[in-house]
Amino acid sequence: MLNPVTDTDGAPFWEYAARGELRVQACGDCHEPRFPPRPCCPRCQSFASEWRLTSGRGRIWSYVVPHPPLLPDYAEQAPYNVVVVELEDCPRIRLAGNLVAHAGAPLNSLDPHSPRIGARVHVVFGDGGLPQWVPA
Amino acid sequence: MAVAASGLKDATAIVGIGQTSFARHLPEDEKTLACRAVLAALEDAGIAPGEVDGLASYTMEETDEVELAKAVGFGDLTFFSKVGYGGGGSCATVAHLAAAIAAGQAGVGVAWRSRKRGSGPRPWTNTAVQLPTPAQWTRPFGLLRPVDEIAVLARRYMHEYGATRDHLFNVALACRNRANQNPAAVMYERPLTREMYMTSRWISEPLCLFDNCLETDGALACVLVSKERARDCRTRPVYVHSAAQGLPAQHHGMVNYWNDDPLTGPAWTAARHLWKHADFTPQDVDVAQIYDAFSVLIPLSLEGYGFCGRGEGGAFTEQGALEIGGRLPLNTGGGGLSEAYVHGFNLINEGVKQLRGTSTAQVPGAATCLVTAGEGVPTSALLLRS
Repeated sequence: MLNPVTDTDGAPFWEYAARGELRVQACGDCHEPRFPPRPCCPRCQSFASEWRLTSGRGRIWSYVVPHPPLLPDYAEQAPYNVVVVELEDCPRIRLAGNLVAHAGAPLNSLDPHSPRIGARVHVVFGDGGLPQWVPA
Repeated sequence: MAVAASGLKDATAIVGIGQTSFARHLPEDEKTLACRAVLAALEDAGIAPGEVDGLASYTMEETDEVELAKAVGFGDLTFFSKVGYGGGGSCATVAHLAAAIAAGQAGVGVAWRSRKRGSGPRPWTNTAVQLPTPAQWTRPFGLLRPVDEIAVLARRYMHEYGATRDHLFNVALACRNRANQNPAAVMYERPLTREMYMTSRWISEPLCLFDNCLETDGALACVLVSKERARDCRTRPVYVHSAAQGLPAQHHGMVNYWNDDPLTGPAWTAARHLWKHADFTPQDVDVAQIYDAFSVLIPLSLEGYGFCGRGEGGAFTEQGALEIGGRLPLNTGGGGLSEAYVHGFNLINEGVKQLRGTSTAQVPGAATCLVTAGEGVPTSALLLRS
């Protein structure tokens, strides 16, 4: 499986996730949340930032069901779902992830066609702190 | 009151086009294919290689200017440019040459793309070049390929507006029907039926095999000169009427899920600039070559470029609108879906053929053509006229 290849801007997200917290970057001055993380605020140009704890709740904005050809680790689990979840706290922040049966479950732990646009989900954290989503 | 001059409008013309054959596997390497396509385009124009002084291609092009120039015998080059974002750069290569020629930075410009995407590896299988942003937010979860990233937008689009798989089939069918008229097309002898489409294997639901472009080896090139010089060339000039690139504010590339309105992509930005500088409107376009790496890019682009309203792109494809004789004949050489996938360069050359009156699926009297580059990624577009 591919691990996130992170960068300076993204690293805090993954560090918080490893602790079981879903946090998003927000401006330290005007407090506008933004995603993906970046060095300064596109709204007020401040370089100050904070990492805001979210409720971890959201709704499925879209989803796909990939089939092979895929990288070997993913092909073994295909077909699986990938969901894009709109966060309840910050509607413009949508996180890609997988809808799974429970924390740490594989990508194909639910019927790949179980996601529905608009369905409520909440975050759990799998192995290594990777955020996953379970039906709310 | 002074009106800002439109410096590009009809100032330059495409006077030569060239291409290699297209196939899943060609024996020659990319550099050789590039040379063949470029020399064919110059021969078509009646311009000697030594007269070329401007070049433009894609950042993903593997044959660099130095190699191409010394192989085919270009003169001293004074302008060379490469455009990023894969297929989003196709029309921008011509746009950069048009700007350079109109500004006096070059006299004879060549744009080209050579790619062995059929023989070569699929780019997404190379995990070593996985970019940290935005791939860290998508790839670990199994959004691995461009088709997965676009399928996310396709699903949302179908959900919001009621577009259907039949609408996507209309796109795939129009391209295949045109390929069936084009002996150079990879799918020349391979008709497509609705049953084949509806029962084909999934690649990334809701997109199936026939929603995906081909994987092709091939190369294409075109030659651009000033409108004055164009009168002396051996072909009928096809004028660059308007040209634009488009990178919208707060855009995120193909994984454009993180702004207010992910379904209005770069096409909308390019379109605003394109039409602002044009003497005609979408209603006046006779034929369109719209980038079709994936079928769903067509309805999204039809909306972006103003052929229909928001959410109407699916319905626009009904009743043969994209076929010859329809409202907007589409991808008349077969496009990326059925002629060849060479990062959209075949769409540029097909636009030129239509306006010369030499297409294998000629739209009678075609005088205006829209050509677009990849939608979803930072894009570009051209309005061509005869």
